[in-house]
Amino acid sequence: MKKELRLMKGNEAVAEAAIRAGVDGYFGYPITPQTEIIEYLMEANPAETTGMIVLQAESEIAAINMVYGGAACGKKVMTSSSSPGISLKQEGITYIAGAELPCLIVNVVRGGPGLGTIQPAQSDYFQATKGGGHGDYHLIVLAPASVQEMADFVDLSFELAFKYRNPVMMLSDGAIGQMMEKVYLSPQKERSKTIYDWATTGKPATRERNIITSLDLDPNGQELFNLKLIAKYNLIRENEVRYEEFQIEDAEYLLVAYGTSARVCQKSVQLAREEGIKLGLLRPITLFPFPSKRINELANRVKGMLSVEMSAGQMVEDVLLSVNGKVPVFHFGRMGGIVTTPEEVVECLKSKFIGG
Amino acid sequence: MTEEILIAGFGGQGVLSMGKIMAYSGVMQDMEVSWMPSYGPEMRGGTANVIVIISSERISSPIIKHFDTAIILNQQSMDKFESSVKPGGILIYDGNGITRHPERKDITIYRVDATEEASKMNNPKIFNTIVLGGFLKVKPIIKMENVIKGLKKSLPERYHNLIPINEKAIQRGTEIIKKVS
Amino acid sequence: MAVVTGIKEIIKPENLVYKKTNIMTENILSYCPGCGHGTAHRILAEIIEEEGLQSEAIGVSPVGCSVLLYNYLDIDWQEAAHGRAPAVATAIKRLMPEKFVFTYQGDGDLAAIGTAETIHACNRGENIMIIFINNGIYGMTGGQMAPTTLPGMKSSTSPYGRDVKTMGNPLKMTDIVATLPGSYYVTRQSVHTPANVKKTKKAIRKAVRYQKLDKGTCLIEIVSNCPSGWKMTPVQSNKWMEENMFPYYPLGDLKTPVE
Repeated sequence: MKKELRLMKGNEAVAEAAIRAGVDGYFGYPITPQTEIIEYLMEANPAETTGMIVLQAESEIAAINMVYGGAACGKKVMTSSSSPGISLKQEGITYIAGAELPCLIVNVVRGGPGLGTIQPAQSDYFQATKGGGHGDYHLIVLAPASVQEMADFVDLSFELAFKYRNPVMMLSDGAIGQMMEKVYLSPQKERSKTIYDWATTGKPATRERNIITSLDLDPNGQELFNLKLIAKYNLIRENEVRYEEFQIEDAEYLLVAYGTSARVCQKSVQLAREEGIKLGLLRPITLFPFPSKRINELANRVKGMLSVEMSAGQMVEDVLLSVNGKVPVFHFGRMGGIVTTPEEVVECLKSKFIGG
Repeated sequence: MTEEILIAGFGGQGVLSMGKIMAYSGVMQDMEVSWMPSYGPEMRGGTANVIVIISSERISSPIIKHFDTAIILNQQSMDKFESSVKPGGILIYDGNGITRHPERKDITIYRVDATEEASKMNNPKIFNTIVLGGFLKVKPIIKMENVIKGLKKSLPERYHNLIPINEKAIQRGTEIIKKVS
Repeated sequence: MAVVTGIKEIIKPENLVYKKTNIMTENILSYCPGCGHGTAHRILAEIIEEEGLQSEAIGVSPVGCSVLLYNYLDIDWQEAAHGRAPAVATAIKRLMPEKFVFTYQGDGDLAAIGTAETIHACNRGENIMIIFINNGIYGMTGGQMAPTTLPGMKSSTSPYGRDVKTMGNPLKMTDIVATLPGSYYVTRQSVHTPANVKKTKKAIRKAVRYQKLDKGTCLIEIVSNCPSGWKMTPVQSNKWMEENMFPYYPLGDLKTPVE
């Protein structure tokens, strides 16, 4: 089927892709730099075309709990926000994980802590990949690095969310949200009519009542549930690792970067190679599950790695665990909403490994 | 071919929309493009800038610090961005309101007095397309027919009656741009 | 000595005068003796059965004493985070408008931590029913002060009595909701006497009808007792409720539709 070409902001691409993916409901609250998502949806008014519900909630907390309610009915539902708003949503997110509900949460990250800045950052990596709220759980975390992936990952997110009955987060940032690029949009999908046997859709005489809850007052029951979640996360680790490699064949040094930083690092690889430094890039597309196995393999071939993130150093901890001491690993990144330049990355690489 | 462009000026000068027309024009010519704006409260009445990259290859970083061409439309932006033009690159500016003219010797400097020309044409809103015309004269990276297609794409349908006047403005821009040094 | 047998051996068809409704499950209620929750559950279950709503009903249970409500009524349930039931119910009803959607919440849930969700769901006029059990105390966590605790009333976090100067005044949430354009039917009832049970049941039945007619939010407050939290016998607690709670939270309709 023919895809439609448009020039769009990342935020707009998420919104349009959501309509086309046949999403049933979007529940949001405005916050820079992702407000275009709800603005676009309100203007597109998909209630008139696909029947998709778009609702501006009274808070991020209400929005994520609306997502809980909709997801528990087996509907394709989503929300989006930026860092401070995502912090507010964490209560709802842990309940969603605890009730094993599928949904999509988009985080267009800005710098923190606190109100921080509205400029792009990658400082929510820990929050996204290690749980974020209380209790032992993981989200599946996808890191788009282009406007095209902002669109494509909407469909992929729901596919994974329903496959594993697990919340999925798209961890984007202000740069990808705000920038315009070419995007090829998939044709309109029909909204699903599937009635899931686990969902609360009204109890027919033919089945037991369905209860969506994250509560189990019996410690043995709760532990069994925790074990079930671990098994699910291990299955996800086994099956869903996604990454992209760039000029890795002869690389002596490796950059590891995701999202906007990965775009920057592609340029760094070019610049370094112009200077005769054999540099490659691994871009994790899934941050949970993390491409640990591949990074460990590459540690046998390269002399060192540099984790490039717009943060004080978060993903670098996962790189260190993956490398497990085989080669030196360092972190480089700007903070406060400043996007790292390709030149800075090369300078850092040289100072850490080559002595320049 | 890769052209990395910065456009900087006041919010309300049409900085972002000029970038958008460029990006759309690139799309019409089957190029890869990225359009990365400054955003947030600073845009409301303050300075605005946008980085546009047009390339025949996949674009790596959409956010860069050095540009092949800088289009500078107010003094604040001149102070901030004159140094960000790559050696051998191009700086295009509108002389209106400029108190300190660009001084670099390792770049080519052009002046396009679009503010003045727009008021002569009785339409301050076409200021940005006059500048765009000037740019296309010195950097003819996109065919004019694709620019017109890009203009159509970037304007909402209800403004399509403004396409002829903007075409004229682009044409005027190509005529009035002059090399300073 | 007589062998003690189960209740099922004692109850014979010839002496049966009252039985469990079909919508109530076999699970034993976790409530203290004399608590109003059981009665409120029962009449809700009766309405669901009588109105034929079992296959349409989706309930949202709160955090509080009735957190395990989903174990007691044989319908589909969602357990919401503390205070968030109206937001959860909003999405359910918007996405499945043909279903009967309701929340069941206590005073802490609805009138403290969930104030924003309550006000905004009612203000949007979400077409849901909210049952609000107001017993003036946090029962599940062991008798702490609630937003509806009366002035001077003792609780484990107001051990010298609620001092309104430092602890604020009891919140009449139902009165607030009645002022919102989105609410359609707002009433305050009780379940401590057979006559009041009948009135409450009638109110719930009205709310069910209004939801079918897409009228907007219906909120039914049930002023209730908490013998354990109030440290009284069930009989004392009902008397205390009549003498102290009802003057502050008078029973009756706060907003009735013009029909």
